[in-house]
Amino acid sequence: MIEFRNIKKSFDGKEILLGVSGEFKTGKTNLIIGSSGTGKSVLLKIIVGLIEPDQGDILYHGRNFSKGDKDLRTEIRQDIGMLFQGGALFDSMTVEQNVMFPLNLKSGLSPKEKIDRVNWCLERVGLENANKKMPSEISGGMKKRVGIARAIVDDVKYLFVDEPNSGLDPQTSIVIDDLIAEITKELNITTVVVTHDMNSVMGIGDHIIYLYKGRKLWEGSKDQILSTDVPELNEFVFANKLAKSYKKSEDSAA
Amino acid sequence: MKSLGRYVIFLGSMFNNMESFRTYIRLFIDESISVGVNSVFIVAIVSTFIGAVTAVQTAYNIVSPLIEDYIIGNIVRDMTILELAPTITAIVFAGKVGSKIASQLGTMRITDQIDALEVMGVNSVSYLVLPKIFASMIMYPLLVILAAFLSLYGGFMAATLSGLSSAQDYIYGIRFGFNEFTVTFMLIKSVVFAFLVASISAYKGFYTEGGALEVGESSTRAVTSSCIAILLADYLLAELLLN
Ligand SMILES: Nc1ncnc2c1ncn2[C@@H]1O[C@H](COP(=O)(O)OP(=O)(O)O)[C@@H](O)[C@H]1O
Ligand SMILES: [Mg+2]
Repeated sequence: MIEFRNIKKSFDGKEILLGVSGEFKTGKTNLIIGSSGTGKSVLLKIIVGLIEPDQGDILYHGRNFSKGDKDLRTEIRQDIGMLFQGGALFDSMTVEQNVMFPLNLKSGLSPKEKIDRVNWCLERVGLENANKKMPSEISGGMKKRVGIARAIVDDVKYLFVDEPNSGLDPQTSIVIDDLIAEITKELNITTVVVTHDMNSVMGIGDHIIYLYKGRKLWEGSKDQILSTDVPELNEFVFANKLAKSYKKSEDSAA
Repeated sequence: MKSLGRYVIFLGSMFNNMESFRTYIRLFIDESISVGVNSVFIVAIVSTFIGAVTAVQTAYNIVSPLIEDYIIGNIVRDMTILELAPTITAIVFAGKVGSKIASQLGTMRITDQIDALEVMGVNSVSYLVLPKIFASMIMYPLLVILAAFLSLYGGFMAATLSGLSSAQDYIYGIRFGFNEFTVTFMLIKSVVFAFLVASISAYKGFYTEGGALEVGESSTRAVTSSCIAILLADYLLAELLLN
């Protein structure tokens, strides 16, 4: 479980996060949703330690990440995997070298154990025969798969994903979403996904935090989100025409 | 001034939370090869021609019959070692290697590769920048030594082929009144210039924000700033070490 309390952050005097609190549950796919520019990515980066918050605490299973010393932060970081928007694969390395990279950072595994682990992860994300390919040779969806494999290769407890669907077609988006949700259950890890895609929300949103202009306006599950009475969230959820017409017909039936 | 402070902090942060020595050796070797391969061709061409041009221009400027022909070799030597080999090559080096360092790090920044390293607990500055700076500081002096020889050779070819000086005179000129310290000075300059080009370019690339366009801008700014720093350092080192 990850808890974060009263996170505040401003850039050059411009307030981006105005005291956000919440928690992410183990074994669940937790979502941070909201429209573009509301500070979702900033919140995610603060939680993983890529940006320092002005104020607030982040607790990983009770261990205070934001106030911890260097050793504690390093220890927690070893349990974190992250999938970035474009995959963020190291473009001078092959797929296999990319996935193996986190394993090479620490000692203790033999080359055989490493390659077995890499192959297991690549297989798990459905990429059996791509070991020797370069990132420039594979598609956007495949890059995300490799990114997932690299994120989970080192026995992580926490998986963070920023916009898993950016740049993907709707079909591939669903496949990637499902892969993330499945892996979360299988490995019983705490997964946090930032998204503005309602398809992902309805598909994999076990636990959802809705951000609006730097504040948390709502928190709940995908089953509750359609019946919310928060006007801003309603606006967000029913932003597309199809959903709107669905909502209308449901309202008139009620 | 503020960016100078950030630059110093950037360099200082290379030495926190470092990886194993073996990792750096491997990265250092990769970078050295890349730095060398990238620039050796253009450095060779530029230095040969600069030597040739210096020889021809020196000959052209000598009008008095009292000045002997060996002076051509003598002047080409001093110009080459003191200024042309280390400084002109540094400008070429900035254009070739500096721009590559900046665009490579800029691309890594905008595609989140740097953040990915940080999340894995790697000190990205140390991992990415330190090997580049060391590789440059080792490879660049070697390139300058090559450039110096080729410049002298270019001068030799120009002087002898166009009959401005005999081969014996040119070689006598090169050896006449040779001061070893000029070579030391050349190597000191090389190490300083290489450090400036690699570190400034890395800094510019590392703090790229935006997209592909900004990567290009970082790369251009890396070359401009490197060139200014080279010329400034050139002047300061001359004041410091030659007076
Ligand atoms: N490093 C930064 N420096 C300054 N402003 C930033 C930085 N990162 C994000 N911002 C600003 O914070 C706001 C929220 O950004 P972000 O979290 O990326 O939004 P999103 O919800 O779309 O992910 C934006 O207005 C953005 O310009
Ligand atoms: Mg974002």
